[in-house]
Amino acid sequence: MFIADYSAKNIYDEMFSSEGYPRKSYDFVKTKMESLGGIELVKRSSSAERALMSLGITFTLYGDGGEQERIMPFDVIPRIVPSEEWVSLEKGLKQRIQALNLFLTDIYSEGKILKDKIIPRDLIESSSGYLKQCIGLKPPKDIWIHITGTDLVRDGAGAFHVLEDNLRCPSGVSYVLENREVMKRTFPELFEKLNIRQVYDYPYHLRSMLENLTDAIDPVIAVWTPGVFNSAYYEHSFLAQKMGVYLVEGSDLVVENHKIYMKTTKGLRKVDVIYRRIDDTFMDQTTFRPDSLLGVKGIFEAFKRGNVALANAPGTGVADDKVIYSYVPKIIKYYLGEDPIIPNVPTYLCSEEADLKYVLDNIHNLVVKAANGAGGYGMIIGPKASKQEQEDFKKLVKADPRNYIAQPVLNLSTVPTLIADKIESRHVDLRPFILYGKDIYVMPGGLTRVALRKGSLVVNSSQGGGSKDTWVLG
Amino acid sequence: MLSRVAESVFWMNRYIERAENYSRFIDVNHQLSLDLNEDVPNQWLPLVHTTGDIELFEKRYSAPTPVNVIRFMTFDEENPNSIFQCLSRARENARTIRENISTSMWEVLNEFYLFVKDYRKVYLESAELHGDTLSMGLSEFLSTVRKSCQSFYGCSDATISHDEVWNFSLLGRFLERADKTTRILDMKYFILLPSVHDVGSTLDLLQWLSLLKSASAHEMYNQKYKRVDPKDIAEFLILNETFPRSIFFCLQEMQDALEKISGIKEGLPRNLAQDATTVYLNRLRSENINSIFDKGLHEYLDDIQIELNHIGSKIVERFFTN
Repeated sequence: MFIADYSAKNIYDEMFSSEGYPRKSYDFVKTKMESLGGIELVKRSSSAERALMSLGITFTLYGDGGEQERIMPFDVIPRIVPSEEWVSLEKGLKQRIQALNLFLTDIYSEGKILKDKIIPRDLIESSSGYLKQCIGLKPPKDIWIHITGTDLVRDGAGAFHVLEDNLRCPSGVSYVLENREVMKRTFPELFEKLNIRQVYDYPYHLRSMLENLTDAIDPVIAVWTPGVFNSAYYEHSFLAQKMGVYLVEGSDLVVENHKIYMKTTKGLRKVDVIYRRIDDTFMDQTTFRPDSLLGVKGIFEAFKRGNVALANAPGTGVADDKVIYSYVPKIIKYYLGEDPIIPNVPTYLCSEEADLKYVLDNIHNLVVKAANGAGGYGMIIGPKASKQEQEDFKKLVKADPRNYIAQPVLNLSTVPTLIADKIESRHVDLRPFILYGKDIYVMPGGLTRVALRKGSLVVNSSQGGGSKDTWVLG
Repeated sequence: MLSRVAESVFWMNRYIERAENYSRFIDVNHQLSLDLNEDVPNQWLPLVHTTGDIELFEKRYSAPTPVNVIRFMTFDEENPNSIFQCLSRARENARTIRENISTSMWEVLNEFYLFVKDYRKVYLESAELHGDTLSMGLSEFLSTVRKSCQSFYGCSDATISHDEVWNFSLLGRFLERADKTTRILDMKYFILLPSVHDVGSTLDLLQWLSLLKSASAHEMYNQKYKRVDPKDIAEFLILNETFPRSIFFCLQEMQDALEKISGIKEGLPRNLAQDATTVYLNRLRSENINSIFDKGLHEYLDDIQIELNHIGSKIVERFFTN
């Protein structure tokens, strides 16, 4: 059953070559899964689901049938990244983060890259992630982006490309760690045989990266969550627990004399480092949005004075603006004098007249996205949209060209996936997590997101996507 | 620890303790009703009086039939104190303090909640079909509830540091337990005996015995006393120094926990919650069962509840709001 019905034609499949042979890295997994057989696979899959339910790794759906608690869809067939490919991805990601960090330092201080006319100044200043309040800011150790989740995809020929950078509050790393635990229970025999690079030490790397941001001895560290109703709350508490640090909400914090304190049973206690999982402009009502219900008044000033370290630093959003994204290869060249190791996906900027014309004429062949959209919102996949939807989206683009980019529709690679009791091919992307502390650490693997609907290219969990464990071998 | 976390830990434990007590209340009453051959009127109403939710009950149900009372106390989602609601709230509290408790504690609680939720669904469906669902594995369900509470306690004891989180857990658990013990004792007040010469009758004894069982106290009581006697029972449940559900024992545990929370070293400032607990404990030490009965048991129990509320509000003031 395993291979007979599976077809991966006209596409780059992670497990099978176009001739239908398993790739070398998948050899053992494929043989093992076949010998287990379909019934055993389904059985193990449902026991993995039960484990996730017991662990409470769920989200709640509200609908006609009342409240329903579901687990994040999880597929038991792993996605494997061969080690030789991983070596180059790791180098490429480090290169990218380094360059983006230098870029942030530059544009919030001298702005050399703007003076040298590599990037038009107005693109920076019109970016919603660009915060005037951060001009002249010097974050601890000159690091702005401490935690990054970079989305990678393969093109039809199997080459990896960066689809987008997530430099503000990238989520999903808790699923990587939990998926791995469940996979170890589900297929112990695979783990015994294969040399799968472990990921369980990520929280330790995260913690030591955070400790690096302060000179305080025995620093007090906290993860700042918007609260229990946030969709990533599970991850926030997971990370705080695994690191052994506090999990705080805005209402737990207070500023006195430009220092941050949290309210404890023994009175106020100073906080040295905050890993914030809350958007820039919601952090502080006095500096940013006065209507924020989640913020702490005065925290930005405390940060500016060096009394608290924030990870990621406010202001990083400008570097993951999808328009700025298209300049990243130039940014890498400018600051490091190197060619990018992982290429971008070709991108049309609607702010450029020629590009705009092309986009409007070819919208049926393109993916068009808002420069600051996320979670699969504010975008259109041309070939899948109706004529009317295309026309409507064109109007949006024409009204605000600066805010839109377009890319060719990528035929994302596929991985065999258990759908009910059959193996079918589903599209995936990959989000590795990168930590910038004393050194740059790249977690081996990352979150593989799966578009569970047949033929769909949308992998976002908010749009019904699922995930797979990602294995880097050797 | 964060004040918000301390408050959630406190309440998480109160809700678990409450669920455990409710399951015992219902089960004992259910068993008692099976033992009584004759029709005893209002067998179930005292239970609702005991919980203090009589007004809500009368608003929602027309008569105190066994089915109604059981449903109200187990699965009613409008009753904030039903077992189902206690579990939902305990779990919600646990979710907001996940990083402070162990994964195994969370797993026990989460599976417990899922079990109650699933059982509730089956029970309600069956109630709709058949009306009378008393025989639908009720005792087994209630017994699983109790066991799950015990494994939650056992798991906390064995898997988290006995530091502040732990001490706030104890504070919540024992405050709730002391309150429930007063209510168990008070249950007899709400049971109207058919006539005076029923005092000391088989029915009377059965009812007192069932109070002891409601507090899981009959076995330990039997080791200490020779016969079932109201005064002895009250003495055991109020003043005994070693039985873990007596009021005295609960207050002592609270005092210890409060002492550890504020630091045992001498010279540290005491706080009002600690003072209130010590004052009351000293009062209990100076009392005996005769003086309590002279005052009137029901009045005395009312008094304890007021004291417990007072201590509770001092804990809130001192640790949860700042």
